[in-house]
Amino acid sequence: MEKFITVTGPAAPLLWANIDTDMIIPVQRLVGASRTGLGPYGFERFRYRADGSENPDFPLNREPFRGSPILLAGPNFGCGSSREGAVWALMGMGVRCVIAPSFGDIFFNNCFQNGLLPVRLPEEVVRRIAEETEASPGNARTTVDLERQVVVTPWGEEVSFAVDARKKEAMLEGLDEIALTKRRAEEIAAWQARDRAARPWAWESVVE
Amino acid sequence: MASTLFDKLWDQHVIADLGEGWALLHIDRVLLHDLSGARALAEIAERGHAVAQPELVFATPDHAVSTAPGRTGESFAKGAATLAGLRQRARETGVRLFDLGQPGNGIVHVMAPELGIVLPGLSLVCGDSHTCTNGGVGALAFGVGASELTHVLATQTLMQRRPRNMRLRFEGALSPGVTAKDMILHAIGRLGTAAGTGFAVEYAGSAVRALPVEARLTLCNLSIEMGAKIGMVAPDDATFEFLAGRRFAPKGAAWDVALAVWKRLPSDPDARFDADHLIEAAEIQPQVTWGTSPEQVLPVSGRVPDPAEAPDAARRAAWAAALDYMGLVPGQPIAGTKVDWVFIGSCTNSRISDLRAAAAVLRGRKVAEGVTAWVVPGSEQVKRDAEAEGLHRLFLDAGFEWREPGCSLCVAANGEVVPPGARCVSTSNRNFVGRQGTGSRTHLASPAMAAAAALAGRIVDVRQFMA
Repeated sequence: MEKFITVTGPAAPLLWANIDTDMIIPVQRLVGASRTGLGPYGFERFRYRADGSENPDFPLNREPFRGSPILLAGPNFGCGSSREGAVWALMGMGVRCVIAPSFGDIFFNNCFQNGLLPVRLPEEVVRRIAEETEASPGNARTTVDLERQVVVTPWGEEVSFAVDARKKEAMLEGLDEIALTKRRAEEIAAWQARDRAARPWAWESVVE
Repeated sequence: MASTLFDKLWDQHVIADLGEGWALLHIDRVLLHDLSGARALAEIAERGHAVAQPELVFATPDHAVSTAPGRTGESFAKGAATLAGLRQRARETGVRLFDLGQPGNGIVHVMAPELGIVLPGLSLVCGDSHTCTNGGVGALAFGVGASELTHVLATQTLMQRRPRNMRLRFEGALSPGVTAKDMILHAIGRLGTAAGTGFAVEYAGSAVRALPVEARLTLCNLSIEMGAKIGMVAPDDATFEFLAGRRFAPKGAAWDVALAVWKRLPSDPDARFDADHLIEAAEIQPQVTWGTSPEQVLPVSGRVPDPAEAPDAARRAAWAAALDYMGLVPGQPIAGTKVDWVFIGSCTNSRISDLRAAAAVLRGRKVAEGVTAWVVPGSEQVKRDAEAEGLHRLFLDAGFEWREPGCSLCVAANGEVVPPGARCVSTSNRNFVGRQGTGSRTHLASPAMAAAAALAGRIVDVRQFMA
């Protein structure tokens, strides 16, 4: 997993509520797709016009937001489908951090698996960062510092955010969760041995 | 201490408490479909891991396969390589694959309960958000992304943070023409599409107890549309009767042992929920969505809302955008809206009981001129059962297409799409922008409502056809 320590840049505003993962990446792009290469299709239904040209009204097509590492979003960002391609598409567009009032549960977990940091901040703070950034595009910069768990707003305020300690460590170190879990192989085997005795039906019913 | 159904399911599977609410959970069953499953099996091999316990993993192609009559795995060319990959990896790893045309094949959340792969008290994951469907038999079932799925395949475990408990009670009796689909759409309309975020939801109350198991699967299916990745109904005699004799359900003495365990799963009478909602079943009418989020839903007698009357600026903007996309006018009655397509299928509503409900409305009637109407059975078994009772003839005689099992127009990953601008009444679970194809307009409803819309060529109250 890619490490996340700190990112700085103009925060791109996309403040619609309930942006679902179908909006972030249409399923058709996921047939036969790989983790890399989805960037050009991120938000494609909004980012491009019917003739394939860029839609100038889409915020991420405007300077200085093209390729911005920070995305500001509305509540319930990433709801809907579990497709991790939504995270891969965002990362392919250069996004490393999404700041929103709330996130879809599955998307939230998927972010941490890839080194994309989801940050929950109150809606009014998200909105003000968007306004301040829009007011001086090109100058207003936001910093997200995972180590210190703060967002440094364009007006210089440090707003702290919560993150689970284990997720923070995994992001800072770029840890491989499978490798971590495999260290517990004995513990898992012992649990399974106990469970086979306690719930034999849960194990034997799959044997034909 | 008193425990909820969810508490019991969760605690049963904790291998290690990792602090801050995190646990390493044992995962008893894994479901793979062609999109997320083929990728996960490939990735695990690339990363040098083995499938930890292939006997606990079950695969079925459903997303990127054609559902045209006479289809093969190559009919949808873009999905052919994915399917070939799934077949090869399943062979190599020893994962059981239920291939096209075989009993057991079908939409992953239809085939799992059908085969008894999911059982009360088990934990189950799939790389698919509608895995919550499987909670309808009293299991701990949730959708995961590709990385988490790979973790489960490699270790048979997953690190998860414990969600909070929500109970959603439906008390009283449903009115005629009102189904589980209407119950959950009504609930989402009332509570909102993010009400369940961070929660595991137990559906309870007399109206839920009265639902057959297939309807409980429908109820749980839409949990994720309310934001909850876990939905559950406590197992009871209806559940046990549903599961008895299924291919992967315990048999003989093992069944008796399991049954004793399952009977202890329901929430204790004095269990506490972090959130508790009550809905009177009698208040629920047949529902239909008007917008591009499942929370944008109305009783069929209702009128499309006016953004000017939205409670806040965000919703004003969202409603206006949804109306624009859907080609609807504020204040118009939703009934009477002209329909171009009807889709009966998906992991929400493609089981035999769903097809029976739709067929009962269609019997002796014809699909309206200009409406394209599809039935896509949820599994090979559903298809065969329906054909054995002659339901396919009813659909065909009415003017529906009778197709092969798969996800089809619910997710439109297989080249099957509702054309741009066309309006579709669909028994699926998401009315998102472009979900059924770029520019498609989706109205979610029950199978009976969808059948009625096909007959009328308009959104219509199914109760008009139930005299």
